[in-house]
Amino acid sequence: MRIGIPRALYYYRYGALWKTFFSSLGCEVVVSPKTDRAILQSGIHYAIDESCLSAKIYLGHVAWLLGKCDLIFVPRMADMGRDKEFCLKFRALPDVVYNTFRTENVRLVTCDIAVRSGDSEMKAFAELGKKLGFKKQQVFNAYLLAKQAEQQAQAENTRKLEAALAKDDLKVLVSGHAYNIYDDYIGRPVMDAIRANHALPIPSDWVDRDSAWQSGGELTDTMPWMVNRELAGAAVQLRGKVDGIVLLSSFSCGPDSMTDEIMNRRLKNIPILTMTLDGQDGTAGMETRIESFVDILHLRKDGTVCL
Amino acid sequence: MPVSKYRQPLPQNCKISFPQFASYGIAMEHLIQKGLGMTYVMPPRMTRHTLELGARYAPDSVCAPFKLNLGCFLECIDEGADTLIQTGGTCRLGYYGELHEQILRDMGKDVRFVNFAECDFSHPKTFVDEFRELKPDLDLKRFSAAAVETVRMVNAIDEVDALFRRRIGFAEDPKAMEAIRTNWLRQLRLADGIKQIELLRKATVRLLESQKVNMPKHPIRVGVVGEFFTVMDPFSNHDIEYELAHMGVLVDRWMDMSNCMYHYRSRKMLPRIKEYAHYNMGATAMATIDAALHYAKSGFDGIIHVKSAGCTPEIDAIPALQNISADYHVPILYLSFDTQTSETGLNTRLEAFYDMISMRKQAHK
Ligand code: SF4
Ligand code: SF4
Repeated sequence: MRIGIPRALYYYRYGALWKTFFSSLGCEVVVSPKTDRAILQSGIHYAIDESCLSAKIYLGHVAWLLGKCDLIFVPRMADMGRDKEFCLKFRALPDVVYNTFRTENVRLVTCDIAVRSGDSEMKAFAELGKKLGFKKQQVFNAYLLAKQAEQQAQAENTRKLEAALAKDDLKVLVSGHAYNIYDDYIGRPVMDAIRANHALPIPSDWVDRDSAWQSGGELTDTMPWMVNRELAGAAVQLRGKVDGIVLLSSFSCGPDSMTDEIMNRRLKNIPILTMTLDGQDGTAGMETRIESFVDILHLRKDGTVCL
Repeated sequence: MPVSKYRQPLPQNCKISFPQFASYGIAMEHLIQKGLGMTYVMPPRMTRHTLELGARYAPDSVCAPFKLNLGCFLECIDEGADTLIQTGGTCRLGYYGELHEQILRDMGKDVRFVNFAECDFSHPKTFVDEFRELKPDLDLKRFSAAAVETVRMVNAIDEVDALFRRRIGFAEDPKAMEAIRTNWLRQLRLADGIKQIELLRKATVRLLESQKVNMPKHPIRVGVVGEFFTVMDPFSNHDIEYELAHMGVLVDRWMDMSNCMYHYRSRKMLPRIKEYAHYNMGATAMATIDAALHYAKSGFDGIIHVKSAGCTPEIDAIPALQNISADYHVPILYLSFDTQTSETGLNTRLEAFYDMISMRKQAHK
C-alpha cells in the first residue's frame, strides 16, 4: 500500500512520527517534493482566496500526490489538552481536502486527535492502523517505534540548539511555524538571507517543545494554541541568548495575528522584526528588510548603537 | 487558579461593561445588575467611530470582531466603565481578552478585565469563580435566579427577532413594525422576573402577528448563514437582512444565541451533513454547513454566507458550501466583512444577487 504525505503543514512537526508509523507497518510512503513555484501555484488555484498561505501550499502538495499513491494521509487534529489547541485549520483539514478534490476522486485516510474529547494520539493511531487493516499488536509496535523516531528528531534539534548557542556568531531567533520556516519556497530564502548577512538563524523548534510550552506561560496566560505558546516560550528562553528575533508568519494566519502582537508588546529589550510571507514573486523586499535588521543587530552587538 | 502578573485587582464598586453584540446587551445588563447587584454601563450604539477607533489600535490582520470589540471598550471607558468582560471561545476569540487588556493597558487606560477565557468549559464552577472575582460575596441563589432570567431574555430576544425578520419585508406598515420592535427592547430592559419577560414576549409576538403583511404566494427565500458574531450583529454586517427584506425577500437565519445554546451539537449535526463534513471544524463552521444544507434541501432560492474577513473556520467551510451549491443548484453569495467594507460595493453585490435569483425563479416557474 502506498501512503501519500503532503510535505507541508505538520509534516514539519510530526513527519518523523508519521513516516515511521507507516513504514513500520510495511506501507510505502510517498512524500511530495519540496515546495516550488508550480506547487504553490496549484495550491493557490485550488484554495479559497482568503485562506492562509500555508494551507494553500498544503493543497498544492495534495494535488501533486493525486494519482501517485493509494491513500493520502490527512489527520484531523483538534487539541492535545488544555491550552494545547491546534489552529482550527487542523480540525477542518480532512474535510477541506475532501471537498476541494471531490471531483478528482481523492482517497484519504485520516485519524482524529482530540485529547480533550478523549481521543488521545495513541488511540487515534490505533484506529488508523485498524482502518488500514493491520493487527492491534502490529499497530501498537509501529506507534512505539514512531514515538521513538519523534523523540530522536527532537533530541537532534536540542543538539543543534546547543551547538548554535555555543558559537560566537550573531544569533537571530526565527520564531514561526516549522512549516513556514522550513518551506523551501517561502521560508528558506529568509533563513538564507540571515546567513548571507553573517548571522546565525535559530529556528524556534530547536527548543524542546514541552519546555517551550511551559515557558510560554511566562509571557501569556490564556493563549489557547499549543504551537504559538511554544513560540512564545522559545522566545522567553532565548531572549537573553540571541541578538534579535524575527517573527515569521504566513499571510492571513489567524493565531499569529494575535501572537505576534502580544510578543511585540511584552518582549522588552530585544529587537524584533515582524515579517509576513506572502508567497509573491521576488525576494528583494524581504532581503532588504533582513539586511537592515541584521545590520542594526551587528551595530548593537559591537556597542556602536544603543536601542 | 494562579493569579497572573498581567492582571490587576478589581476595584470596589466597579462599573462593568461588555462589548455590544446585537441586542444581547440587555441580557448582560440584567445579569450584572440583578445577579451581582453591580453597575452596568450599556455600551453606546456602535457607529463608524467605534469601528475606526478599534481599527486604529488593533493589529491590522486580526479579525473584525476583535477591532469592533476594542472600539466598543474604548467608548465604554469614556462612559465611565472601569471593568470589562470578555468571553472565551474556540478560535481567536479565546485570546481576545488578554490582547484587548494589553492594548488598553499600553494606551494608559486604567481598566480591569474579567476574562472568561480562563474558565474551563468542562468545569462550570470556574465560571462562578470568575463572577466571584467580580463580587467576592456573591449570593449564589440570587445570581442563579438572575442567570435563569437572563437565558430566558436571550431566548425571547431571538424569538421576536426571528418573527420580525420573516415579516418586515412584507409589512404594509414597516415603520409601525419597527416601532413595535424598538418598544419591545426598551420594555425588556425594564422587565424583572420570568413572569414579566414572558408577558412582554407574548404581547409583542401578538402585536407583530397582528400587523398586516402582504406575503406573495411564493416569495423569494434566502437563508443567511455564517460566522457567529458577524452574522448576528447587524452593525457588523451592514444590516444585510434589512436590505434584503426591503427588496421583498423572505429571510431566514438559523444562527442565533438560543440555537447555539440548545441545538449546536456534533452528535446531531454531523450525521446530517456527512456528505460534506466528517468532523466539527470548530467555532460555528459546522452550523454554517448544516444550515446551508437545510436551506438547499428546502428549496431556498439563494444562500448568503457572512463572515469577517480572514475568519479561518468559515473559510474552511466554503469548499463544503461550494459542493452543496453545485449539488442542489442553489446560488451562494459569499460576503466578507472588515472595517473597510464599502456600503455601495456591498449593495451592488446584494442587488446583483437578488436579480440573479429572482430571474432564476422566474425561469423555473
Ligand atoms: S496556524 Fe496560521 S499558518 Fe498555520 S494553519 Fe493556522 S492559520 Fe494557517
Ligand atoms: S470565528 Fe472567525 S471571527 Fe471569530 S474569532 Fe475565529 S477567526 Fe475571528
